Amino acid sequence: MKINPRVSEKIAKGLIWSAALSVLAVLVGIIIFILAKGLPIINWSFLTEIPRNMGRSGGVASPIVGTLFVAAVAVVLAVPFGIGTAFYLAEYTRENAVTRIIRFSAESLAGIPSIVYGLFGFIFFVIYLDLGWSVLSGGLTLAFMILPTVIRTSEEAIRAVPDTYREVSFSLGGTKWQTIRKAVFPSAIQGITNGVILGLGRCVAETAAVILTAGTALRMPASIFSPTRTMAIHFFILAREGISMDNAYGTAALLIILIFFINVVANALVNRFVAKGR
Amino acid sequence: MDDTAREPRRDVKLKTQSVNLHYGDFHALGDITFDIPSCAITAIIGPSGCGKSTLLRIFNRMNDLIPGCRVEGGVFLNGSDIYDKDADVVALRQKVGMVFQKPNIFPMSVYDNLIIGPRHHGVKSKQALAEIAERSLTLVALWDEVKDSLHKPGLGLAVGQQQRLCIARALAVEPEVILFDESCSALDPESTMKIEELMLDLAQKYTIIIVTHNMEQAARISDMAAFMMIDGQKVGRLHEYSPTSDMFISPKDKLTEDYITGRFG
Ligand SMILES: Nc1ncnc2c1ncn2[C@@H]1O[C@H](COP(=O)(O)OP(=O)(O)OP(=O)(O)O)[C@@H](O)[C@H]1O
Ligand SMILES: [Mg+2]
Repeated sequence: MKINPRVSEKIAKGLIWSAALSVLAVLVGIIIFILAKGLPIINWSFLTEIPRNMGRSGGVASPIVGTLFVAAVAVVLAVPFGIGTAFYLAEYTRENAVTRIIRFSAESLAGIPSIVYGLFGFIFFVIYLDLGWSVLSGGLTLAFMILPTVIRTSEEAIRAVPDTYREVSFSLGGTKWQTIRKAVFPSAIQGITNGVILGLGRCVAETAAVILTAGTALRMPASIFSPTRTMAIHFFILAREGISMDNAYGTAALLIILIFFINVVANALVNRFVAKGR
Repeated sequence: MDDTAREPRRDVKLKTQSVNLHYGDFHALGDITFDIPSCAITAIIGPSGCGKSTLLRIFNRMNDLIPGCRVEGGVFLNGSDIYDKDADVVALRQKVGMVFQKPNIFPMSVYDNLIIGPRHHGVKSKQALAEIAERSLTLVALWDEVKDSLHKPGLGLAVGQQQRLCIARALAVEPEVILFDESCSALDPESTMKIEELMLDLAQKYTIIIVTHNMEQAARISDMAAFMMIDGQKVGRLHEYSPTSDMFISPKDKLTEDYITGRFG
């Protein structure tokens, strides 16, 4: 049977649209569900008090601080190395054995389940380097986990910068480094930031890799050597051990808001400082 | 190589001596020897793929960026070999500016586009940069049009204005030579005319080399014309080089004649 191309076009369009719409509906549904359950729990004391009674009462101030602390350590470590590697791969070398090894490692690392990073971090940072369960162990582990993402997205963003930009800069007598800083970087920053935000989002939401490295301590972390508990771990424990479903939803809703907030702020920063004139 | 020692003729700005260029195994330019006069417009013409851009990019060593590209022979600017081991590529590109086919404005403000070059060369003072910006915009007759929108996106300008901005950007580093690679091919006739007038103007002070597919343009504005052609091995060669009026009135041979009268190409 031969279908009229105009009909098949309509059918294809319909199917593609409904696929996209149902995915959107499920995503929005989940978010609305969690916000509906969680938002009523959130109030000033929930935000400012540390958990009491294992989290049955009190707030989530220390998990909030722990989350930001661990994620900040991870990002501060992963971003310079990740972006540096990406520029090395995209601008300073042609394909050779070294770049192939780096790329192969990065791709393999990207495919490893996070629990494996957790195990590695536990054995290497927590025990071998004797950093204990701490913000630092957690941050280091997450840094390794997001490094491949940062490298890959940054490299793609750098490669997407049109060659004409480099040509113009060189033709005006720019050196390689000036060209990278003034012509390539400003155009790649949007994509690089997206990669960093993606990595930051994964840090903030990660459980398996941090539970084994940062610990589950409820007190406020005093330094990067203190153990802590992130929000994701907090509501994981609250829910799994049946401590308080309400507080679990409250924490989850906060996490969603936090991730949303990170995205908005990062984009605003990029627009404010780098992308002006676009 | 006693050419380096010999005092160049006063009016020769650029000179090539038996230049051969290879892209890997591909022999793209064969035995190119010619002199480019100072403060004049030299047009490089020829059919697509004959090596015009390749030849143009020899003069500011843009071919260096292409992996596997080799240049043999001598290329002299003001008498000194720009491919010498000790030659400074950055200084060369400051002296030999380039304007490309498409107006390739950075996604930044008009002003930031203009000062990229001076910044590369270490000009820091706000005052100096602002003066450079005004002077180069004035040179391309764009100052009055954009002086109130210096800090608006350069991409917001009309295409013809963008191309003039690109010329201003090249002028901002105070070059001696400016290379134009089909810089009017993306423009409407009116903007093309403005740029041609501008080139004639600039040729009072700068040495200008253009690549163009537009025979009328070559005839209208150039003083010298270089007609390139590929030989049987696809090697780009300089087939005829003479004053433009000579070439267009009495071409050396049938091949040149057929090309400039539009019978092929
Ligand atoms: N980067 C490169 N690597 C390999 N070969 C190249 C490269 N650039 C150009 N060539 C080849 O060199 C020859 C000359 O190219 P060039 O771009 O100089 O021609 P052109 O005269 O400027 O052509 P057009 O009028 O289409 O712009 C062509 O055969 C082209 O395929
Ligand atoms: Mg060309």
